[in-house]
Amino acid sequence: MFESLSDKLSGILNALTRRGALSEEDVNLALREVRRALIEADVALDVVRSFTDKVRERAVGAEVVRSVSPGQMVIKIVNDVLVDTLGSEASPIDLEAVPPVAILMVGLQGSGKTTSTGKIARRLSDRMKRKVLMASLDTRRPAAMEQLASLGKQLAIEVLPIIAGQSAVQIAKRAMDAARLGGFDVVMLDTAGRTTVDDELMAEVAEVKAVTKPHEVLLVADALTGQDAVNTAKAFDERVGITGIVLTRVDGDGRGGAALSMRAITGKPIKLVGTGEKMDALEDFHPARIANRILGMGDVVSLVEKAVENIDQEKAMRTAERMRKGQFDLTDMRDQLQQIEKIGGVGGLMGMIPGVAKMKNQIAASHLDGKVVKHQIAIVNSMTAAERKNPDLLKASRKKRIAAGAGVSVELVNRLLKQHRQMADMMKLMGQNKRGGPMAGLANMFGIGGGGMPSPEEIAAMQKQMGGGAALPEFPGAAKAPAGLPLAGSAPKLPGLPGLGVKPTLPGLGSFNPFGGKKK
Amino acid sequence: MSDDTPKKSGLLSRLFGTGAPAPAPEPLAEAPKPSWWQRLKHGLARSSSSIGQGITDLFTKRKLDAGTLEEFEDVLIRADLGLPVATRIVEAVGKGRYGKEIEGEEVKAILAAEVTRALIPVALPLVIDTAKKPFVILMVGVNGSGKTTTIGKLAAKFSAEGRKVMLAAGDTFRAAAIEQLQVWGQRTGAPVITRPQGSDASGLVFDALDKANEAGSDVLLIDTAGRLQNRTELMVELEKVIRVIKKKDETAPHATLLVLDATVGQNALSQVEIFGKMAGVTGLVMTKLDGTARGGILVALAEKFGLPVHFIGIGEAVDDLEPFNADEFGRAIAGLE
Repeated sequence: MFESLSDKLSGILNALTRRGALSEEDVNLALREVRRALIEADVALDVVRSFTDKVRERAVGAEVVRSVSPGQMVIKIVNDVLVDTLGSEASPIDLEAVPPVAILMVGLQGSGKTTSTGKIARRLSDRMKRKVLMASLDTRRPAAMEQLASLGKQLAIEVLPIIAGQSAVQIAKRAMDAARLGGFDVVMLDTAGRTTVDDELMAEVAEVKAVTKPHEVLLVADALTGQDAVNTAKAFDERVGITGIVLTRVDGDGRGGAALSMRAITGKPIKLVGTGEKMDALEDFHPARIANRILGMGDVVSLVEKAVENIDQEKAMRTAERMRKGQFDLTDMRDQLQQIEKIGGVGGLMGMIPGVAKMKNQIAASHLDGKVVKHQIAIVNSMTAAERKNPDLLKASRKKRIAAGAGVSVELVNRLLKQHRQMADMMKLMGQNKRGGPMAGLANMFGIGGGGMPSPEEIAAMQKQMGGGAALPEFPGAAKAPAGLPLAGSAPKLPGLPGLGVKPTLPGLGSFNPFGGKKK
Repeated sequence: MSDDTPKKSGLLSRLFGTGAPAPAPEPLAEAPKPSWWQRLKHGLARSSSSIGQGITDLFTKRKLDAGTLEEFEDVLIRADLGLPVATRIVEAVGKGRYGKEIEGEEVKAILAAEVTRALIPVALPLVIDTAKKPFVILMVGVNGSGKTTTIGKLAAKFSAEGRKVMLAAGDTFRAAAIEQLQVWGQRTGAPVITRPQGSDASGLVFDALDKANEAGSDVLLIDTAGRLQNRTELMVELEKVIRVIKKKDETAPHATLLVLDATVGQNALSQVEIFGKMAGVTGLVMTKLDGTARGGILVALAEKFGLPVHFIGIGEAVDDLEPFNADEFGRAIAGLE
């Protein structure tokens, strides 16, 4: 549901990351764009305002971490504020009470109460094996009770028989009695839709609540709601007191501002989302995941977090600059290797990239553990300064000496040298093509997986696949990390990985800039 | 349609009301009702008073500056007018008045005028062409926007005008949608063509056209299942319904009304665009204006698509559907008396 908001936000934020330094003006400009994007996504104005204020406040007060670019810092802040706004914990329906547990469904007309009632009842009875009774308290809309009855038949869930002429409160009482007698675990009470200004009906639902003492009062709200979402949420929370929100029609379109607004205004969690008209189209709501999806940054934020701790931006920049000029020597390579070690080795790094997590086991199986990197560092350490600068000096006797010094075989020394040569070539190639498109970071990422022993042709093919968007080598070390291991063969397949193909994760990868390398 | 007398005129509204046959046996129909204009204002009251109040607070003893205008824009955005429209109105207010003092009332008048100006071209009645018999009206919209209820109200209205109305329960998907329409049929005395839930809507529509022809109906109102505009497969199904209608009568449907819920936000733009493209929407109906929602999106819709707005729904009772009046809507939104 958040696609269009996600597109816009990640676009805005990507523009920030491309800059080396951010002025206050830059941040303000970006926040104006963020404000616009949120308003267009129907996020309530009050929420938009407190959102941008929070981001600004934190951005201004933020400690400048030397090792990340300011733009990345802003992304992190926006992400944190989003999570704050949406809540971080998923909050399922709570049935921990003495049965029969009453669940009261309230909302505006046409928000989807009856359908949601059916969906929830089905979920409780199928998945949680509860005995559920549904009752319609809607005495107003024609055939509303029949609608629930017919849903009950369809779902094989019991529905309180209709007795014409009873008031909502009477029906509610009858439902609770019937549930007690019939040994039901849960009673779902579907109420009539009402406008928030209808005092009479609001009083009625308050009375029903007093009579049935529901354990959950769920506000059913339409995800397509505009600015009025605030009024709705506020009014129901104040007049009735809700315990959670069910957001319907989130399959509607790419907005979903209502979700942000309602959670922020009421502080009540969104418990479930309706994602289609079929009776099983009901999903749990995971705020943290949603926040990630809105930003479209995948798990990059956590990567940034780790990077913040471990990576020295200036060093990375120096290296990047040297590599761009084609001066990538073995010392640079060692720096990169050490950085990989710092952030938890290749395995740890790859685990953070959406979609690659699955490959983690494969990596483990391939013995691509810290040792490989450690050995490689040891090899470089066993060289003289002159050798590191100019690997061409290395002939058989020198190699033997180095291998002995590092405690490895000459074969491994050769392998390292070959990797270095290829990396240097690749760096040069990428350096020539400076167009840092949105896929720039991705190109680097593929470097991780496919870096093994790519021939120049493979590199060319890779770049082609990525729309030619090769980039400055911000992440050179990783490119050769899986050196000569079974993974190398999988390089050309990587673009097809399901996780990586998913749209929302791509923009995130686009901005992926783990070493904070500044683009010139 | 109604009058400008803001008296509490229960009688007047009854007179002007569509004189629907005996109000349904529902408790809510009993209380005397104020005129629809009052009800509209009452409905819009929360919002317009907040807009009106916002404006009054904003433009009191203050010279017009960028800050004031920005806050004014916020007030407008709250009414779902959308950013482009809000920006334009803010510019209209700011033009030539920068640095001068400006009264809240003046701002409201400008706002009302701007809204009205945008809406006048689209405030068109739904004309029933009597040469077309039956005059086929297809109701479309997303789930829960109020299609079935609106059909009921329209049926009452047309019957009161002395037309012979037939209803087709084309929402064969939602549970009890057919029964809901049948209740409206009983209330308005219009025959309802049905098929069991789950049957093909196109087939039912085909039947309904035949029956309407046989019965010599003046108006055939076709209900459809609610569908989100981004669900291609459902939109294709709607296209099929229309194809089937055209098989029977090349010129039909003579009106395709998109029903919009007043609480809808910027999504309405996409609804109008896609329903317009796929179903050839000829006009809009906005429902549920009796809540706090402002329906400001109508302004944005008018500017972007220029589709006629035929009716607004302001309550649940059978006569709570009224022709759309741009001037009154503009005044109501701006919180003018």
